[in-house]
Amino acid sequence: MTVTEQIITVAMVVLGTAVTRFLPFLIFPAGKPTPRYIQYLGKVLPAAVFGLLVIYCLRNVSVFTGSHGIPEMIAILVVVVLHVWKRQMLLSIAGGTVCYMLLVQLVF
Amino acid sequence: MNSKSNMKTRSTMLKRAFTAAFPYTIPIFAGFWFLGITYGIYMNVSGFGFWYPMLMSITIFAGSIEFLTVDMLLGAFHPLQAFAMTLMINARHLFYGISMLDKFRGLGWKRIYLIFGMCDETFSINYTATIPEDVDKGWFMFFVTLLNHIYWFSGATLGGIFGSLIHFNTEGLDFVMTAMFVVIFLEQWLKEKDHTSSLLGLGLSLICLIVFGADSFIIPAMLAILVVLSLLRQPLEKGGDAE
Repeated sequence: MTVTEQIITVAMVVLGTAVTRFLPFLIFPAGKPTPRYIQYLGKVLPAAVFGLLVIYCLRNVSVFTGSHGIPEMIAILVVVVLHVWKRQMLLSIAGGTVCYMLLVQLVF
Repeated sequence: MNSKSNMKTRSTMLKRAFTAAFPYTIPIFAGFWFLGITYGIYMNVSGFGFWYPMLMSITIFAGSIEFLTVDMLLGAFHPLQAFAMTLMINARHLFYGISMLDKFRGLGWKRIYLIFGMCDETFSINYTATIPEDVDKGWFMFFVTLLNHIYWFSGATLGGIFGSLIHFNTEGLDFVMTAMFVVIFLEQWLKEKDHTSSLLGLGLSLICLIVFGADSFIIPAMLAILVVLSLLRQPLEKGGDAE
């Protein structure tokens, strides 16, 4: 690939990303009332999206090979317990991550 | 005198928004430096100078597609394919936009940057964070976005420059992102009265992951979520506030 072709390729990725981010705001501009159906989606979608993002992070975990997803399960459990107990975002995230690092480096 | 005191209130206001926003971004700093440095190293070993990850991290600012762009740059020249692939990988941003239509209203020029910088992590924080009453919401979200952008950019650039020199065992550090999304999911769960949407998001995504595999489950999962939530509109709206 020449440098020009590289620039065009990167520009297409930049454009594509911007389209996915700006499109909803272009279709439903601030000045006009948003349709009720879209307002409904705006309210219920985030909860589902957070579920999707959790699964997305775990997409490459294999239940049948390697460590069978056990370190992930334990670490997520630690995150959930810490968070429900103390409700301190940083503590839950750090605790779960350190636990996972110890598990994959020393145990599995 | 008046303009001086105006400036003072403005700087107090900015400081307050920054102080409120910064703690929320600390886990993202850890995650983005790890992933960003990894990305910079990946570009480095793929034969690209540090200005590639530097410029790409600042202009694209969307993790997974940036890793894929490395493959695109190494392959044959297919600009339209690159565009289509980006739309597919990043289609989830459409959901973020729909959820933020109201929250970004009336924020002037900041709105443009907030939309441009709305990656998974930034969206999740800006949507769920409880912003204190005395903090300007627009500036809070602006600083969250800006800080995350800086973390990603600096990580990718450092990885590109010093990548080959790093030698300590970071295995498993990438779990910080998973842990963060689990916490965000939990925060939403603890806040909401009706868990239908949360459960649907987890369940339908898991089913689609099993059926379609890791590389192509996002679009089917998004469609499934959209269809089922649309079918459940009446009971969910009747059940009161979905939040």
